[in-house]
Amino acid sequence: MNKIEAKNVDVYYGAKQALFDINMDIEANKVTALIGPSGCGKSTFLRCLNRMNDVIDICKVSGVVKINDYDINQKDTDVVRLREKVGMIFQKPNPFPKTIYENISYGPEIHGIAQSKSEMDNIVEESLRKAALWEEVKDRIHEPGTGLSGGQQQRLCIARTISIKPEVILMDEPCSALDPIATAQIEELIDELRKEHTIIIVTHSMSQAARVSQNTGFFHLGKLIEVGSTDKIFKNPAQQQTQDYITGRFG
Amino acid sequence: MNKEERLIKRYKAEKRFQFYGKAAIFMALLFLVVFLTKIFSTGYTAFQKTWLVIPVNYNADLLYLDPDKKPTTEDINDADFYEFGIETFITLDPDASEDQIMELKKMFAFTFERELKYYLLDNPDSFGKTVDVKLTASDDLDQVFKGNYPRDIPENRRRASDYQLKIFDKLNEDGRVISEFNASFFTNADSREAELAGIASSFMGSLFSILVCLSIAFPVALLAAVYLEEFAPKNRFTDFIEVNINNLAAVPSIVFGLLGLGVLLAVFGLPRSTPLVGGITLSLMTLPTIIIAARASLKAVPPSIREAALAMGASRMQTTMHHTVPLALPGTLSGTIIGLAQALGETAPLILIGMVAFVNTIPGTPMDPAASLPVQIYIWAESAERGFVEKVSACIMVLLFFLIFMNLGAQLIRHKFEKKWN
Repeated sequence: MNKIEAKNVDVYYGAKQALFDINMDIEANKVTALIGPSGCGKSTFLRCLNRMNDVIDICKVSGVVKINDYDINQKDTDVVRLREKVGMIFQKPNPFPKTIYENISYGPEIHGIAQSKSEMDNIVEESLRKAALWEEVKDRIHEPGTGLSGGQQQRLCIARTISIKPEVILMDEPCSALDPIATAQIEELIDELRKEHTIIIVTHSMSQAARVSQNTGFFHLGKLIEVGSTDKIFKNPAQQQTQDYITGRFG
Repeated sequence: MNKEERLIKRYKAEKRFQFYGKAAIFMALLFLVVFLTKIFSTGYTAFQKTWLVIPVNYNADLLYLDPDKKPTTEDINDADFYEFGIETFITLDPDASEDQIMELKKMFAFTFERELKYYLLDNPDSFGKTVDVKLTASDDLDQVFKGNYPRDIPENRRRASDYQLKIFDKLNEDGRVISEFNASFFTNADSREAELAGIASSFMGSLFSILVCLSIAFPVALLAAVYLEEFAPKNRFTDFIEVNINNLAAVPSIVFGLLGLGVLLAVFGLPRSTPLVGGITLSLMTLPTIIIAARASLKAVPPSIREAALAMGASRMQTTMHHTVPLALPGTLSGTIIGLAQALGETAPLILIGMVAFVNTIPGTPMDPAASLPVQIYIWAESAERGFVEKVSACIMVLLFFLIFMNLGAQLIRHKFEKKWN
């Protein structure tokens, strides 16, 4: 079943077109990797899926993006509810300058998910456990989240995102600021998370895409060149450009 | 030039540069020390007040009261203490001529009537007895006693006459001239007589003005800055507004004074000379300073925080109120304090809206006429009497203390917030 369907998506930054007629289906409960050289539009596409491009004044998006068969690009789409369903992890860990507890409790609080203090405590613990962070921080959850290491901060951001149980998690190069050990932890986590969430991950690391994803889409110069199962893309791509990129001939 | 020489040259250049830096700091400190020393050495005597302790005979006949009956408060209030005072002064020199009696009277502040009356009201038992009473010395003798007034210049160029000095010296020998902490400097309003003038009116005026200014300028400026920075679309119109806010910050303060005069007083008919009008005028002046500081602090909040909140499904207002504004608050507050400190030292606009008027009452609300500290400095600096010279410096000290206190408060607030957010 397709969780997300993108049809004829064009994106403009002012006069410059960043994405050309993207058509892509994303399967539920799988990890879909978006790869391609810098500036190819993969992050832009990712940001179309929770309308984060709205924040950029000059950005114009056209086309249809359906999540659960509902077009999110309609005028009356409630972006607050959309982003409750579609969470996002950023390139650089960006915890709020608050305590670890407050970082996690913020989402449930604004969406009115927890009814009581104990319920909130449970959500915080559960989220931290799912993000494989609980054991490391359980004694200091009332200390600032910004005091954690880079890898811990990124897992804190993941815990924050899953605290409101989104159906889809978008990850924009989540490991690019982390060391190999922290990266391995996050990758393990991604595999765990796909049981409950649909994950789309933008990455520069081909090996990471090969390790964590089931499907892969290859972007180049704002176009989606090829999309398919990760196995097929890496072992037997249909397009010469994909072959060249995978084998490291450009990009 | 070989490599070695080049290296030596570089080190020398760095040493020179550091020396220039230190010299600059030294210069700044030197100016500060000279300025403060001058102010303190001129002003510290203002915190001392000279009293003349003279024997007073609260004789019933002199007061035209019934000697056999203890006088009631009403009786004392109705009694004539002017004549009584004159009679008392004559006891200092029983042989005094008419002219000399007037000189004797001028050795005391004109409040001697009140002081004699209040002493009797506070000590009803002294009725019919001779007691020592403390009377405020005139500013001329006060200055002589403090050594601010040379005695060796010819009499006709001196305010205190030879006769007054002779009586004064005799009192001094008897230990009847005392110097005490000048509480009335803080509790009295302004006066034409230097020995009685105080800063209560101008201090309260400044305080009320600043409070009015803060309560108008801060919320308006914060809202304007938040809207411009977080919500307004970036287009020509908002650029135009931004340029104009920056221009507004550079407008001379006297122009705002004219605005206050022309609009607040003339059009809206608000009461003249009041801290309310002064505060509103100052808030117009402070507004751009706070807006600029608040916008700079909002800009300094990393966009990743906004993205994090938005991606969690927070609305734009929640993002702003929960994350951006609290993070920008310390910077905004310090900008606000800078703006208020500017406003506190502002004179020109207050003069235009009439806060330069002679006010001898202490304002109880922002709607009462009042002076302000800088204007008080200006008024006293203009006065001819020697007694006001030390008052000017003392008033500057109070103003500086006020400013230091405010900055300290700002630092504390900043510190508290920064601890919480980092």
